[in-house]
Amino acid sequence: MTSLKQSPPASSGSAPAAALHGGIGDPRTLILRNLRQSGIYIAFVGIVLLFAILTDGVLLSPGNITNIVLQYSYILVLAIGMVILIIAGHIDLSVGSVVALTGAVSAVLVIQQGYPWWVGVAAALAVGVAVGAWHGFWVAYVGMPAFIVTLAGMLLFRGLTLQVLDNVSLSPFPSEYQKVASGFLNGLIGGQGYDAFTLLIAAIAVIGYAVSVFRTRLARIRYQQSVESFPLFVTRVLLVGAVVMYFAWQLAHARGLPIVLIILAVLVIAYGLMTKNTVFGRQVYAIGGNLSAATLSGVKVRKVNFWIFVNMGLLAGTAGVIYSSRSNGAQPAAGNMFELDAIAAAFIGGAAVAGGVGTVVGAMVGGLIMAVMSNGMQLMGIDQSTQSVVKGLVLLLAVAFDIYNKRRAGATR
Amino acid sequence: MDDAILEMRGITKRFPGVTALEDVSLTVRRGQIHAICGENGAGKSTLMKVLSGVYPTGSYDGEIVFEGRPVHFGGIRDSEAVGIVIIHQELALVPYLSIAENIFLGNERRGRGGFIDWNRTNADAAGLLASVGLDENPVSPVIQLGVGKQQLVEIAKALSKEVRLLILDEPTAALNDVDSAHLLDLLRRLRDRGITCIMISHKLNEITAIADSTTVIRDGRTVETIDMRGGGVTQERIIRGMVGRDLDSFYPDRVSTPGEEVLRIEDWTVWHPVQHRKVVDGASLTVRAGEVVGIAGLMGAGRTELAMSVFGRSYGRDVSGRLYMRGRPVKARTVAEAIGNGIAYATEDRKRYGLNLIADVRANVSAAALGKLSRAGWVNGNEEIKVAEESRQDLNIKTPTVMDPVGTLSGGNQQKVVLSKWLFTDPDVLILDEPTRGIDVGAKFEIYTIINRLVAQGKAVIVISSELPELLGMCDRIYTLSAGRITGELAVDQATQETLMALMTKEKELAG
Repeated sequence: MTSLKQSPPASSGSAPAAALHGGIGDPRTLILRNLRQSGIYIAFVGIVLLFAILTDGVLLSPGNITNIVLQYSYILVLAIGMVILIIAGHIDLSVGSVVALTGAVSAVLVIQQGYPWWVGVAAALAVGVAVGAWHGFWVAYVGMPAFIVTLAGMLLFRGLTLQVLDNVSLSPFPSEYQKVASGFLNGLIGGQGYDAFTLLIAAIAVIGYAVSVFRTRLARIRYQQSVESFPLFVTRVLLVGAVVMYFAWQLAHARGLPIVLIILAVLVIAYGLMTKNTVFGRQVYAIGGNLSAATLSGVKVRKVNFWIFVNMGLLAGTAGVIYSSRSNGAQPAAGNMFELDAIAAAFIGGAAVAGGVGTVVGAMVGGLIMAVMSNGMQLMGIDQSTQSVVKGLVLLLAVAFDIYNKRRAGATR
Repeated sequence: MDDAILEMRGITKRFPGVTALEDVSLTVRRGQIHAICGENGAGKSTLMKVLSGVYPTGSYDGEIVFEGRPVHFGGIRDSEAVGIVIIHQELALVPYLSIAENIFLGNERRGRGGFIDWNRTNADAAGLLASVGLDENPVSPVIQLGVGKQQLVEIAKALSKEVRLLILDEPTAALNDVDSAHLLDLLRRLRDRGITCIMISHKLNEITAIADSTTVIRDGRTVETIDMRGGGVTQERIIRGMVGRDLDSFYPDRVSTPGEEVLRIEDWTVWHPVQHRKVVDGASLTVRAGEVVGIAGLMGAGRTELAMSVFGRSYGRDVSGRLYMRGRPVKARTVAEAIGNGIAYATEDRKRYGLNLIADVRANVSAAALGKLSRAGWVNGNEEIKVAEESRQDLNIKTPTVMDPVGTLSGGNQQKVVLSKWLFTDPDVLILDEPTRGIDVGAKFEIYTIINRLVAQGKAVIVISSELPELLGMCDRIYTLSAGRITGELAVDQATQETLMALMTKEKELAG
């Protein structure tokens, strides 16, 4: 072997080690580092404050906060499934039709056939899963673009809804079924003019949050990773706690804890953890980020794609139950355009059109931005047409901001 | 008929950080077939892009004189206007348009009112097809033709533009023997009609058969121009020009102690995913523990296809053959199975196939073996960061933190992330496809050092490389691959660049 020995080039990278230790105390550094994520929270706070002022505080009144939760819960449920699909590089245009179909099946069973409420719920979820499996089959195993498959599904399932309902609306559901969307946990442990139970649940949630983030912090320190400085950490926990408690306080002074809020909270926590911390969730990001690289890394792309569509179906079924329960019946035109609200929520929440980027929590904030804007404009008496114009512009600007950010990040490389 | 139709003088083309062409001169005589050859990356294609205006005047130094006049091209249209037409290796036909439409694309035969005169279009096309010897209906869509016939359509398209200098980039790379022979025949007939040809080719037997003169380019410089008209110029003569360079990078020393056999492939055959031809044909090879085995082959020889088809059948269809790991027959029908059997493959195109550029270093390092970091499907995020951190230190990956996107790293550091990913799967055999492509000398040395460390740990390594000195510097044994067949197996002390190049360009007659 003809080879000459030469010392390897000197390494020039001891700076990273220093950055690992000691907390990062400067909030500006943290915000700038995550401008993409933090931008959306800042925008949300700004929009809430803006409409709070414009509506003379009505926006944040106990009754209205309860209303926002009840009115937009099903869009947020849809947005969870949608953002997962968008991260993987797909889309689902059919969810509005699926919401209608699942609600219709449930209504036929419960209202027409007189089955108990839970049969309707189970049937709606089962139909949702079946629809998801149908979409997943065509996308994952036949290899068709999700845009086409779900566009077909949008027509197909709207048509089936009309057939199931025989073109008429069904109403009303028994009171147990209505409770899913309109029920409250209230007065379980009493309270004078407010619901102590709501506050108790919120307090438990805040303590649970604090314990969980503190344990994460300890583990990070044990693994010698960078953490924020302790005062900043405490401030963050206190701030989150204060917001949650304020929110709970307002709810407690209205009608108590909405059942649908509990459902939503469980879903957000479960899916938030699933996307970030499970092998499955990480593979979704890998597929969206670079399909070929994911395939060549042993990710079973078809399987993952199939199951995220099944999951979308399940969540669309859930939204179908919530929506039919809230509207107390099933209508042939139910859920019209819901898909667009869910897609908008995901993109406003920072998901990338090309896939690979996005978070469940981001999509929730994106959905809430749309919700607060709609609600605020309704309170101000702005008509439907203007609302639509404003929402369209917000979606456009949110994605434009995202692209601008990315280009700037690319330029500073 | 011995005057120069084209003179390129002192052409220098620089890209950020690399000099692709350094003071290259090329003189092409009228009515000749002029071959240009050189190793992959020598600068042949860059030179042709300069000539055809893909790189406009001003982006390079030097001058081009065509038909006695200095020319300045701002784009391909300018070069086509004077009669220089280039046919790229990847054919640029629109599959669903007809032959006639493709021939006159951008150059449409118009009639009254600017509408297309279909009669004239199809009649003219039929005439052009006859002149290239293609017996097809001009209205049939191009997608129905094989690659060989599509190549002829490209030439007909060039003739429609009144071509004076035709440039063909690897025209026979994708063709079978019959189509190649037909194409070479056609080039001879065009020469007789007075059309000058520049042909870039790796196939030295074709060059010796058809070219009137040959210019050899190496490392972005002209080495020599050989007059071939007298005959008697052998393939060996050209090879000497192509490879005769000094080692310009250095290879760390290694004590070679091969152990037991780790991977054995027997009679491995792979078909092209859509075309009816074998990309790998009856290949057999073995790798032992603690051994670095090289695969040498020119572009299109089937190196990557062989590696990817072994790695969970990631390429091709109807893959057949036997695969053994440590003497035990294994099935690796999916990538997951291949990884499970201890095979790892680091791709030649890390941006397209190797990395999730928008994700952070941590996620890329763990991507192929997340299972090792998880319990019941839950990933231990702290353990994952620890693994990434260890890789960063082990392989000296220069990144601010492991949470930075891989897309922000330099090529060499991206390559180290790819290596980290596969090392974390703890493979028995690691296939490295062009592991040092597009990275600087310092990073190359680091990659070589890592490879040496791996074989010292008893891993088996297969290196696929276009750089022969790299193979000679790194490997214990080298297989040569030509047109999908293994044409030779040499211990490194018996191999020279010349013997390898001769085996790499050997066509089927000896391999069968």
